[in-house]
Amino acid sequence: MTAAVEVDDVVVRYGDVLALDGASLTVRPGRVTGLVGMNGSGKSTLFKTIMGLVRPDQGRVRVLGTDPDAARRRGVVGYVPQSDGIDWGFPVSVREVVMMGRYGHQGLTRRPRLADHTAVDEALDRVELSELAGRQIGQLSGGQRKRAFVARGIAQEAPVLLLDEPFAGVDKRTEATIVRLLRELADDGRTILVSTHDLHALPQLADESILLLHRVLFHGPTTDALRPERLARAFGLDTGLDLGGKVVVA
Amino acid sequence: MTLLDLLLEPLQYDFMVRALATTVLASVVCALLSCWLILVGWSLMGDAVSHAVLPGVVLAYVVGAPFALGALVFGVLAVILIGVVRDSGRIREDAAIGIVFTTLFALGLVLISVTPSQTDLNHIIFGNILGVSPAELAQVAVLAGIAFTVLVLKRRDLTLYAFDPAHAHAIGLSPRRLGALLLGLLALTAVVALQVVGVILVVAMLIIPGATARLLTDRFGRMLVIAPILSATCSVAGIYLSYWLDAAPGGLVVVVQGSVFALAHLLSPHGGLLRLQARRAPAAAR
Repeated sequence: MTAAVEVDDVVVRYGDVLALDGASLTVRPGRVTGLVGMNGSGKSTLFKTIMGLVRPDQGRVRVLGTDPDAARRRGVVGYVPQSDGIDWGFPVSVREVVMMGRYGHQGLTRRPRLADHTAVDEALDRVELSELAGRQIGQLSGGQRKRAFVARGIAQEAPVLLLDEPFAGVDKRTEATIVRLLRELADDGRTILVSTHDLHALPQLADESILLLHRVLFHGPTTDALRPERLARAFGLDTGLDLGGKVVVA
Repeated sequence: MTLLDLLLEPLQYDFMVRALATTVLASVVCALLSCWLILVGWSLMGDAVSHAVLPGVVLAYVVGAPFALGALVFGVLAVILIGVVRDSGRIREDAAIGIVFTTLFALGLVLISVTPSQTDLNHIIFGNILGVSPAELAQVAVLAGIAFTVLVLKRRDLTLYAFDPAHAHAIGLSPRRLGALLLGLLALTAVVALQVVGVILVVAMLIIPGATARLLTDRFGRMLVIAPILSATCSVAGIYLSYWLDAAPGGLVVVVQGSVFALAHLLSPHGGLLRLQARRAPAAAR
């Protein structure tokens, strides 16, 4: 199968800081891929380059065969943001948030048509939030909020879904719900890329994982990626330290 | 005298009719815009733009151009300058705003001091609602009409921009352009409101209505209805009060708006005093 996202030798600098230093990777459709690295390892920058928010200083990014700008104009990349990037007091309902996924399909004033309402209903149903659709977004629990944003990606009909730290501040049970949902979406043929530094949910969630520290240290089956010596390198620990094992077990 | 007489009496004066018409137009469009400003966190930006238009207004008077044009040019100039200073990297946005708007405002004061007498400092700074000419009313109507139409047509995009600019980008919109649109509308609207309450108090009309509406509802769509209605009502009440009390109209418009905000804060189901009471009551009973 062809690649959904191709990142080829990408370099991104912010002033003196080197966020990505020759990162190359290929993400395949129909699978959940974990993107693992510590804070500051370049995960967010990688997402931004895939979304076309950041232009690489060097290298090339392709999303479903086109450059990121063309991809975003077609609305093929859905994005589930990190919790702390959102103003949860914002006066929008869950339904309105999901409807925002439809804007790319609508006319200039974004007046919703029947097809849009149907798509939103189905997306809400899929993430089991239909009953809470009228609530203000901040009145949801942490996991429900995540699901609302996943629903937005579903309503958008985005074949590629990027999730930024979806498990931060989410309890175990909700985590399991999200894992199940993402697995289903991958089974539909979507490409799911999940960035996280939270490792315990990873084996159930991701078919394969990428260890990132400014460039790709490892890309392969998740169980292999979580080997202590590999993690130690990704998290910048001295290989002599015996911390890796604990991280995996926890 | 009946209440009706009391309300109708001022309307026999043309200047009062023009004052009320101008006030309603300005307060509706300001209130609409304020709903986004308070959510994007641009209250200070509103303050900055409204002060920065002063030299533009003075220069327009001097050369005999429509004052709105001068104000618009300087409003946009202020926004660009703030952007330039902020993007230089070392100066934070709040400092950039503070530097640019005070400097432009000061430039306006200097210009007033050297221009011949027909520009009345008080009128620009505190508004001249009772002295609005038919031509000025027409100007306000056109500008308010433009701002109103654009805001209503683009409301969903602007709300998305305020809520989640990254998603706006992801679906092919340009957050940059939407931000620029909002700033342009801010400059336009500041010019409209200037006529009513003057440079100093414009920011009140650009913040209070949206903030009051936010206290009363959790729905942005409803805010867009509540804010203009409330604001227009408050402003008209302020003008009437100024007629009856023979006091400053611009000042009263803002005082009434502020008082209604205070009332909404007391009565609001979302974090008002009543709610605090309700929260305290069961705790005390325990």
